Amino acid sequence: MKILLSKPGLDGHDVGVKVLAHALIDAGYQLKYTGLRKSIEDIVAMAKQYEVDVIGLSILSGTHLILCEKMADEMKDFDIPWVVGGNIPAQDIEQLLSLGATAAFPTGTKVREVVKYFGELNVKA
Amino acid sequence: MSEKVMTSKKKLNVKPVYLESGIEVDPVYTSVDNQDSEHSNEMPGEYPFTRGIHPTMYRTRPFTIRQYAGFASPEETNERFHFLIKNGQSGLNVAFDLPTQCGLDSDDSRAFGEVGRVGMSIDTLKDFEVAFKGIDLDKITVSMTINGSAIILIAMYIALAEKLGYNINTLRGTAQNDILKEFIGRGTWIFPVDKSVKLVVDTIEYCAKNVPKYSPVSVCGYHIRESGANPIQEMAYAFCIAKTYTDGALSRGINIDDFASRLSFNFDIYGNLFEQIAKFRGGRRLWAKIIREEYHAKNDKSSWMRMIAGGGGGGLTKEQPENNIIRSAYYALISALSGTQTMALCSYDEAYTIPTEKAAEISLRTMQIMIHEMGICDTVDPLGGSYYVESLTDRFEKEIKNEMKKVDEWGGMEQAVATGKIQESVSKQAYKREIGIQEGQVPKVGVNMFTRKEEQKPVDFHPYNEEAASKQIDKLKQIKDDRNNDVLKESLLAIKMDAESDKNLMPSIICAVKEYATVGEITQVLKEVYGEFEEPIMF
Repeated sequence: MKILLSKPGLDGHDVGVKVLAHALIDAGYQLKYTGLRKSIEDIVAMAKQYEVDVIGLSILSGTHLILCEKMADEMKDFDIPWVVGGNIPAQDIEQLLSLGATAAFPTGTKVREVVKYFGELNVKA
Repeated sequence: MSEKVMTSKKKLNVKPVYLESGIEVDPVYTSVDNQDSEHSNEMPGEYPFTRGIHPTMYRTRPFTIRQYAGFASPEETNERFHFLIKNGQSGLNVAFDLPTQCGLDSDDSRAFGEVGRVGMSIDTLKDFEVAFKGIDLDKITVSMTINGSAIILIAMYIALAEKLGYNINTLRGTAQNDILKEFIGRGTWIFPVDKSVKLVVDTIEYCAKNVPKYSPVSVCGYHIRESGANPIQEMAYAFCIAKTYTDGALSRGINIDDFASRLSFNFDIYGNLFEQIAKFRGGRRLWAKIIREEYHAKNDKSSWMRMIAGGGGGGLTKEQPENNIIRSAYYALISALSGTQTMALCSYDEAYTIPTEKAAEISLRTMQIMIHEMGICDTVDPLGGSYYVESLTDRFEKEIKNEMKKVDEWGGMEQAVATGKIQESVSKQAYKREIGIQEGQVPKVGVNMFTRKEEQKPVDFHPYNEEAASKQIDKLKQIKDDRNNDVLKESLLAIKMDAESDKNLMPSIICAVKEYATVGEITQVLKEVYGEFEEPIMF
């Protein structure tokens, strides 16, 4: 399975997304990372270009709902799962899922749990 | 005597213990461990300042307490300024929103949803005029947390002072303006590394010649450590960064003593208590030696490692958050025992929520209790002479120096950052540490030991103020209509020409901001000349 991890918006906090990238590589996944400050359009285009199976968005500045609404728009004709991680209030999780995210991982989620989730996606795929 | 000590030390049969930096720690230290030290008779306030930069330190004046705060609009900031002045305060940290930090205007599509979210939104000098309305700039010192677009914001501050009739020769204030660390952590870079450094050096040169009391750069080990660096690397990388700016300033023909004393440092505290104290004592000594021996500074002040050091968010936990109050008290103690100039603590609840007033008050009281009840200010460098601390201080001086050599081998800091070498090593360590915490090898109380079932704390944010954002955008539109756009175009062209001919950009940027050029417009002109940084991707 090929995974694209991304940093949409202006938020520059990338410690978490890089930790997860290392963990997913160690778990044997093929991984691509977009780097900082990409638009949702950039991210989806990269996902198509690299032919990834799943997209991860890392958002810590509080703009997750705004960015994920855009994501929902961009993913209308592109049927692969996408997940969100970062500073995500519990009350927003349901809304993120209804926008089309298959999972949301608020800060404090164990790396192992996230890796396990990607493993389950892999089996389904 | 020493032979006896050595033999009895050898008899102690214990398991080895290592610091986060990889240094092995003995179960006991004795005079033998310090006997070769050339620093045993050093006094505080004396070169190389291991024991502190002043002879009497907190006995004369305690460290400054400076808590962070962010406000969304120039109007709110202005209100806050007036409140603080009424309450006898003389300084404020200003945080900016991400569009301002990345050089984008409020009406830029990329700024959507971000205007005023994490700090004050600034488009033009008009916003500064509102924020500082009725404030005596001679009495209040403003500290700006700004990096990528710092040259524009510093220019605005100077332009504001000039417009209001202040003598900029005596104008005070500070800017973070440490772009090299932004490439390692925090991420608000804009231009390629060499051009980014050039802009920092422009501000240093301009301030040294025209605004000599202004501190244009605060070098941040803090964010580097928060990104995964160990304590040795935190100091080593910060010093390499400071040296890069220093070399740049010297190449402009400025005398080391005309700017080095305006450089200051921002460091992180979490982890082993003695390791942090030794890192600061050893680091302070090494920095003094670098400035005097390598750069031949004559003035003692030039070689002072002045610092703000407080609790790092990296040490605090979302689990059992009340424990963060205890951690922060230890961090404050470490900071004071290390001879800090300024202290700031994180609120215990900020890992998961907007810091409550109560939490902010506890941080303040933690520092006040230490100052007023614990006798921390009575005696300078109370750990000086401790066999353990002195031995570890010597070791840190050596290790930081070695780590700096590694950066030289990577081609120097600019190169090491441009190629992503530093980012890679730091992020691998962050991964190792995070897994260590999650799997239990790195002990963390309440996280991987002494845990209890607790309610999941929901993360909470200030709700986004859409109305304020659209007001800011309307205001920007109004300014664009009202200003003299012909003069403005010329002023932007002047910046472009100065950039192309590699001149110091401060004078032309100051001129342009006085014509109400926006942060985004100036950034765009510079992007056309310099291009943008292309992030080296390690995956």
